[in-house]
Parts: sequence; structure tokens; C-alpha cells
Amino acid sequence: MARFVVRRLLAMIAVLFAISVVTFAIFNVIPNSDPAQRLAGRNQTPGQLEAIRRQWGFDQPVYVQYFRTMEKILTGDVVSYSNQIDVDREILQDIPRTFSLAIGAAIMWMSFAVAIGLYTAVKAGRLADRVLTVLALVGISMPVFWVGALMNYYLGFKWKIFPNGGYVPLTQDPLDWAYHLILPWTALSLLFIGVYSRVLRSNVLDTINDDYVRTARAKGLSERRVMLRHVLRNSLIPIVTLWGLDFAAVIGGGAILTETVFDLQGVGQYAAESVSQLDIPPVLTIVMFAAFFVVALNTIVDILYAALDPRIRLT
Amino acid sequence: MATEPATEFEFGDPAVLAAHDPRDSVAGLGPWRLALRRLRRNRVALAFGGLFVLIVAVCLAAPLWADHVAHTDPFQNHLTETIVVDGQPQDVVAPDGVPIGPTWQGRFFLGADGNGRDIAVRLLYGGRTSLLIGAGAALVTILMSIVVGTLAGYFRGWVDTVISRVLDIIWAFPPLLLGIALGTALSLGGLKVGPIEIQGDSRLIPILIIALVYVPYMARPLRGQVLALREKEFVEAARAQGAGPAQIMFSEILPNLASTIVVFFPLMVANAIILEAALSFLGAGVRPPNPSWGTILGEGIERIVTAPHQTIVPGLMLVLTVLSLNVFGDGVRDAFDPRAKVRLGR
Repeated sequence: MARFVVRRLLAMIAVLFAISVVTFAIFNVIPNSDPAQRLAGRNQTPGQLEAIRRQWGFDQPVYVQYFRTMEKILTGDVVSYSNQIDVDREILQDIPRTFSLAIGAAIMWMSFAVAIGLYTAVKAGRLADRVLTVLALVGISMPVFWVGALMNYYLGFKWKIFPNGGYVPLTQDPLDWAYHLILPWTALSLLFIGVYSRVLRSNVLDTINDDYVRTARAKGLSERRVMLRHVLRNSLIPIVTLWGLDFAAVIGGGAILTETVFDLQGVGQYAAESVSQLDIPPVLTIVMFAAFFVVALNTIVDILYAALDPRIRLT
Repeated sequence: MATEPATEFEFGDPAVLAAHDPRDSVAGLGPWRLALRRLRRNRVALAFGGLFVLIVAVCLAAPLWADHVAHTDPFQNHLTETIVVDGQPQDVVAPDGVPIGPTWQGRFFLGADGNGRDIAVRLLYGGRTSLLIGAGAALVTILMSIVVGTLAGYFRGWVDTVISRVLDIIWAFPPLLLGIALGTALSLGGLKVGPIEIQGDSRLIPILIIALVYVPYMARPLRGQVLALREKEFVEAARAQGAGPAQIMFSEILPNLASTIVVFFPLMVANAIILEAALSFLGAGVRPPNPSWGTILGEGIERIVTAPHQTIVPGLMLVLTVLSLNVFGDGVRDAFDPRAKVRLGR
């Protein structure tokens, strides 16, 4: 077990290293993206350019630049090329917003998916099942930013039922915090509710005929107890795995569109803005953080799985 | 998109026997004929498949609409013109910058955008771009996945290790972030590989980017299948007859991957169309002024307060297309794997 864990952790570090190299390479092979030009501003002289190149180390070979940048990211004093703001401070400011969005949405999509998945499985083949199954497919087929924009415009701006974008910190006013986040949570959740309810429905239908369920019924348990305690519990296992991975994916990128549409000023929006300005340091930092999250949660899920289920071979 | 775990057929399982449709077990029909037969019985899937074909046909007819009905092209500005609606002249774009809404007649059928361009015409031409990118990206993803997955699964050893690690790296990137990064980088500088040179505004760039992002999602299951297939007796037999690796991969293993590929294709196109829209919305996909559903949506969302029709219409078009692909793709999957229980009625 210990060997398995160590091996997974080493693989994780290797993947993270590779990701940092790839990201750095993507932004260094772009022509016309000389960062010195941007640092120098509009009224630049050749002398200034040279000085900036020397000062920021752009005259060094690429691999030296890579190690310098990584060193700065790991020690926490990366500075943005475009506005010279400390990247870590900016990210720290944005993280509560992104986590508020992701955690709330994850809870929302899980609860709705469990309710809908269980209900459609119990009513399999009936009208309610068909209608909800079609709705789930519609949810999967809608782009997040389109739903978000429409919600923001109609519910927020036009009919003024919800606030029109913006963010209130949880510590300042929990009710207002939730009130401001309901629309982004809903927009982000729709897709996942569609996916999860369908997976859960098919899992429940698979388990419902298992022997232990028949035994539970035979010993006289109520239908409600059979469904919740015996069927649902076992159908949830694959969903919970998926949940962990998707949560990481949302933190690491899926939130970009939602944050941009609702102007939440989270990490995702920061990433999108930095990319469009070809601002390498923040992009590299965010990608590293995001990838770390994805890879770490993957590894934890793997290790937990191996620990929980002795049938899984440790390789 | 979550894929179902492969379920194995168990003999004697009463649930399986009960669910087994006796009409499926007619002797003498191959798996492809059986699948086609099951698909033909799935009316909902067929109806949505038809809807998709209709959307494709309408988009292909874009020049007809543009030349003979709307009398404009997707790039032409009509900022200063007026148009007669219900007998009254109206500005295409009002002095305060608000474009005209749907007129429900030949010109500006669905209204104009902020530059006085005909939205209906742009929508049709944009559909061509979005569908081309969706189908193209799905095709490239599948081709790359077949090559990579077959090589890794067949040769195992260091080939497998290298390929699997590269896939791991792509997989660990948040797909959207990788797409934006590549999209921004390549659309600025274009792509130069040896003698091949692709311009930054070429539609090949988003196709290649989307294809690359999705490769691990398809190459991994294919690799797993090849790993299992290479141990089968018929591969052993081919090897005993003196077939080399290339021949075994082409004529023994590839045909057995076909049903997986067919099942993946419509769902992959649907995902690619959505990713194109997201990338274009963030400015890292198709470059304006070229129309695609994503760029039209992006321009629409910016001015949603004054002209909501510019957001609603392209979005609906996109949702209908993706929905029809998803429902049809579900039907195809059910037809090949009747045990999969996620289905739309009977």
C-alpha cells in the first residue's frame, strides 16, 4: 500500500512538471508576443527595451527563463507582465469567489441529480420519466454561457428578481452571498444535473434487481427503506467518484465561462483575461494550481478506491 | 460526457433474460444488422436524427437564402439603411445604436446585429462553420485516437507507457483552459510544421485544437479495448498464419473497434460544437468577423441589454443541433448496447 501511494505521488509530480513545461512552451512559441514590448508601453525607445529585457531576464535562454519563472511561482513572487501586480495576491483575492461558486454548484447539482435520478428510476418508462429524461438531455445540450447570459438578463436585469451579477463575501452577509450566487450556481449546475441524473438512473435500474435488494424486500423492509438504504447507497458509489473529479474540473476551468458571464471576478475569469492579454505569469500559475487540483484529486480518489475496495489491484 | 461502464453479459441473470427482446435474437443477422434494426425501431432517435439532417441541409443552403431572399452576405454592413416593415420605414440600426429586431420577412428575417448585418444570413453561414468544425474535430479526434490507442494497446511496453503519459498530461489540463491557451497562441501566430503552414484565422486551427483536447477521452477506452482484443483467439490465429503487426492491427483489430467509433461519433460532434462555441465566446476560437454560432453568441451577449434577439436566436440554433445529436447518439448507443438503460422511451 505504502509503495502504491509513493508511486502515485511520484507520477503526480512528473505530470505536474510536464504540464508546466507544456504551458510555458505554448506561450513561448507564439510570435509577436515579446513581453518586453508590453512592459515598455507605447512610447518606448530601443534602449528601454534592452534594459527591460535584461532586467526581466528575457535575454536568457528559454530553459533559464523557464526555471526562473517556476522558481518565482513556487516561492510566490510572480508578477504579471501586463500590469505588474503580484499574481498570488490577485489569485488569493479571487479564490473565495471561485470556491463559493464551485462548492455551492456541486451541492446543488448533486442534490437535484439524486432526487431526479431516483425518481426517474422508480417511474422508469412512465410519462414523468420520459419528460425528465428529455429535460436532462436538454440540460446537457445547453452552453453554460448562453443559459447564464439569458438568466442574468431576464431574471437579474429585466425582471429584477435576482441581483444582476456581482459578489458579496460570505463573511459579510451569508444570505446576500447565497442570493447573489443562486443564478451562477443554477447555470453551472444544469449540465451536471443532466449527466448525473442519467448515470444515477441507470445505476439504480442496474442494482434494483440484485439479490440483496430482493432479500431486503423479502425480510419485509418498507419500499422507502429498501430504496434509500439499499439501492441508493450502492448506486451512489460511481457518482461520488465522478463528483470529486468534476469538482476539480470546475475549479480548474469549467468556472471560467460562468464567472465571465456573471462577472464574478473569480480565478477562472482572471485566467481568461490573462490569456487574452498573453500574460504568461498568471496563466502559468493558474494552470499549475488547476492542474495540481485535478491531479491531486485524481490521485486521492485512486488511493481511496484502492483502500476501500480490496478487489482493486494495486499497480 | 460520462460514458457507461461496460457491462458484461451474464448467463442465467433473470433480469437480462427478461430484458432480452426475443425479436433481437433472430438467427443469421450480424450485429450491425441487429443494431440498425433496433435503431429503426427507436422513433425518437430517428426523429432527432432527421432534425439534425434538416439543420445541416438548411445551413448548406445558406448562399441560396443570402442571394435570393436576403440579398446580402454575412459581412455586409447596412448601418445607414432603412427597411420597410409592415408598410413603415424603419432604420436597420437606430441612431442610438439599437439594431432592428426580427422582421419575419426576406430581409433581416431575424433582425440585424450591431453592425447592421443580417443575423439570419450570418446564422446560416455560421452554422456551416460550427458544423464543419464540430464534424472535423470529431473526425480528427477519432483518427488520432485510433492510431494512438491501437499502437499503445497492441505494442504495450514502452510505446504504451509513452503514449499513456502524454494522454495523462493532456487529460490533467482543464480542457477549456488548454483550448483557450492554444487558441490564443495559434490564432496570433498561425501554425508552421515543416512545409505546412496554417494561417491564424484558418478554421483548421480550432478543429485541431478541439480534436487534441478530446483525444484522451476517446483514446483511453480504445486502448483498453485493443488490450483485450489482442489476446483473442482470432488474433492468435492471424499471427500463426504469419500476419505482421500492421496487418493484424488493420484487418483484425480495427473492424472490432468500429462499433465503439460509431457510438462515439455523434456525441463527439455534439461536444466539439459546444467547445467551439465556448472558445469563440472567449475569443480563442473562430476569429471575427467570420461568423460561427460561438462568435455570433459572443457578440450577442455583449449587447444583450439592447438586442436580446441576437443572443436567443443563435443559442436556440446551437441547442437544437446539439440536442438532436445527443438524442440520436443515445439511440445509436442503445442500438449497439441494448443493456444500457439510459434511453428515451421505447
